[in-house]
Amino acid sequence: MLLTNYQTDSFYDEMFSEEGGIRQSYHILKSRIEGMDDKELLKRKASAEKALLSLGITFNVYGDEEEEERIMPFDIIPRIVTSFEWKKMEEGLKQRIRALNLFIQDIYGDEKIIKDGVIPAEIVYSSSGYLKECKGIKPPKGIWIHITGTDLVRDGDGQMLVLEDNLRCPSGVSYVLENREVMKKTFPELFASLSVRPIYDYPIRLRGMLEHLSDKPNPNIGVLTPGIYNSAYYEHSFLASRMGVPLVEGTDLTVRDDKLYMRTTKGLKQVDVLYRRIDDTFMDPKAFRKDSLLGVPGIFEVFKKGNVALANAPGTGVADDKVIYSYVPDFIKYYLGEDPIIPNVPTYLCSREKDLKYVCENIGNLVVKAANGAGGYGMIIGPVASEKEKEEFVEKVKADPRNYIAQPVLSLSRIPTLIEDKLEGRHVDLRPFILYGEEIYVMPGGLTRVALRRGSLVVNSSQGGGSKDTWVMG
Amino acid sequence: MLSRVAESVYWMNRYMERAENYSRFLDVNFQLSLDLNEDSNRQWMPLVYTTGDNELFSRKYNSPSKENVIHFMSLDTENPNSIMNCLIRARENARTIRENISTPMWEVINEFYLTIKSKKKFEESDMPGIAEFFKAIRNQCLLFYGCQEATISHDEVWHFALLGRLLERADKTTRILDMKYFILLPAREEVGSTLDLIQWLSLLKSASAHEMFNRFYTRITPKNIAEFLILDKIFPRAIRSCLSKAFDSLKILSGSEKDSYGDETEKRVGVLLSEMNYASIDEIFSSGMHEYLDQLQVRLNGIAAQLDETYFRN
Repeated sequence: MLLTNYQTDSFYDEMFSEEGGIRQSYHILKSRIEGMDDKELLKRKASAEKALLSLGITFNVYGDEEEEERIMPFDIIPRIVTSFEWKKMEEGLKQRIRALNLFIQDIYGDEKIIKDGVIPAEIVYSSSGYLKECKGIKPPKGIWIHITGTDLVRDGDGQMLVLEDNLRCPSGVSYVLENREVMKKTFPELFASLSVRPIYDYPIRLRGMLEHLSDKPNPNIGVLTPGIYNSAYYEHSFLASRMGVPLVEGTDLTVRDDKLYMRTTKGLKQVDVLYRRIDDTFMDPKAFRKDSLLGVPGIFEVFKKGNVALANAPGTGVADDKVIYSYVPDFIKYYLGEDPIIPNVPTYLCSREKDLKYVCENIGNLVVKAANGAGGYGMIIGPVASEKEKEEFVEKVKADPRNYIAQPVLSLSRIPTLIEDKLEGRHVDLRPFILYGEEIYVMPGGLTRVALRRGSLVVNSSQGGGSKDTWVMG
Repeated sequence: MLSRVAESVYWMNRYMERAENYSRFLDVNFQLSLDLNEDSNRQWMPLVYTTGDNELFSRKYNSPSKENVIHFMSLDTENPNSIMNCLIRARENARTIRENISTPMWEVINEFYLTIKSKKKFEESDMPGIAEFFKAIRNQCLLFYGCQEATISHDEVWHFALLGRLLERADKTTRILDMKYFILLPAREEVGSTLDLIQWLSLLKSASAHEMFNRFYTRITPKNIAEFLILDKIFPRAIRSCLSKAFDSLKILSGSEKDSYGDETEKRVGVLLSEMNYASIDEIFSSGMHEYLDQLQVRLNGIAAQLDETYFRN
């Protein structure tokens, strides 16, 4: 019933084809939704939301005192990815992660890529994620980016593109896992009739990957969190719990004789591997930000001496930079000799004079972003910005061109989403999670983020975005 | 286990136990007020004295009316010990150690918080449902203990949980007894009167001890009640029973041999427990029960401080 009045409005729709027909992979889902009366669907949505609240699957919104905790709005209509399509994405992501890891190793090592003129040195050195302190370091097993969340989008032609790589502390995987559990309770009959690839083993694989980083048979592992006021605290605690390792705060750790220890009721216990969810520069007030109260003084030195493995390794943020992102296809060619399987979104670098001129003249048709912005902050969406906002943004860009990139406004694909009591198309992206240990593993699925406001392209949870379960078919 | 986790699980239990005790105090007093047709000020202020938060109360409220006291002790977020605050803090502690507790435990505490959070103030019109309200709080707390008992391993985490609950419980029992002794103390001519009897009975109810008391004693006398609540070996709210179980947990935590002790906390509890093992209620009464309870409170506080020092501050 709900689907009969659904309009794709000439956007690429994940569920419906251009001709208005349903895509093959959504047949069963569609017939189930149609077999359900509207009330039933709303009832299931309400019970799913209640389950999330009751489980306390919430995130904190900074600067919002009245309601410090919220559930991320969750939509019960899943996104379905065919196994064929997934295989390509999986290969593309593995290729990308391999190249990114080689790049990070290279720039903190011999800098061959700079010497060979593939990327200008000043672009690398001026990145805020570049840590000169990491120069010369070789982390355990040569792996820097153990956990990556790469954002993929589908444009108006249905083409999958990489929007950005999150290489520091990508978050959202707990929502993926919990959403799935809630969906299994909400639509048991759908799971019974579809072969959705399970994701339940992610924490076990994460643990295995962390164990791989130490040479000890039973390494002591911990998850480092900034504490309960961090927006992703729930996730930190969830992952520690599912892995069966302690969740620690900076004050639970101490450095003695170049080793890292945790304070226990039976005295100090050495830590071998730390999955840290604190940004690089907050991790060690001795090495980086002196004002950080979150980290552990001296931990960087312990890492440098090889006495603790840190995931992700410090310094990986250099490749989070949106300017450096634009070079990733070149990295793939340079290090692997391959063509990128998943292309980038075309990107203008304001540090290039020609690009800057184009961006300033065409800001009305572009999305302009700060190179190191995140969470939907520090950006402007040309077509919906006022003249004044555009003028002000142009000034900002001109004052610091290195810090800005621009991309064409993508017509992100849409998918039916339950808005109040009917289904409407909403724009989505997809964040799969990739683990790099003994081998590279891509979790089959990922966080589908959905821009709940009509017409909005911003999917970040801090900007009113929600999430959906992603089903990769077996 | 992490020292911080030990501390949090300990406090989570102290706060839940405190919330449960407060709901019982309030409920019993409410029932008592229905039996005694007397000046409400006299009826409700003693409760506030018992909790030790009387100064804060007097600063905030102009009269110790039923509504004011109930609000102060249950929902007032400015009262650090109100049921609401206990719950907020218990939940905060639970949140910081979620990976050490079970999902059912977390759900109980979180749902409990979400339910009570929606209640803002008590009005006269809420009074018909008030007994249900307190009962619901008590039940949630009991559900929490049950869940904890049944869904987490009885390892170190569990023993720290137990210590929090037992030390809080022992402290609250001393306060319940003290309430009768020096605040509800009847004038000489009232001793043995209906009023006196009802008050002692309500005191037993405040400790959920009425039925168990009746199984072991035939006469409701101050001495019998005090003996039951202070010296009983197996009644879970009796101070001696609380200390005896706390001692067992401390022994497991320190790993000490029989007839020796592993750390200062264990020693303090052991010394106090053996004194109680050899105490009689006659001696306690003749030396002054109020003084005895006062001493007990001081020593319980000392034990808690020592526990903090031994396990949470390294």
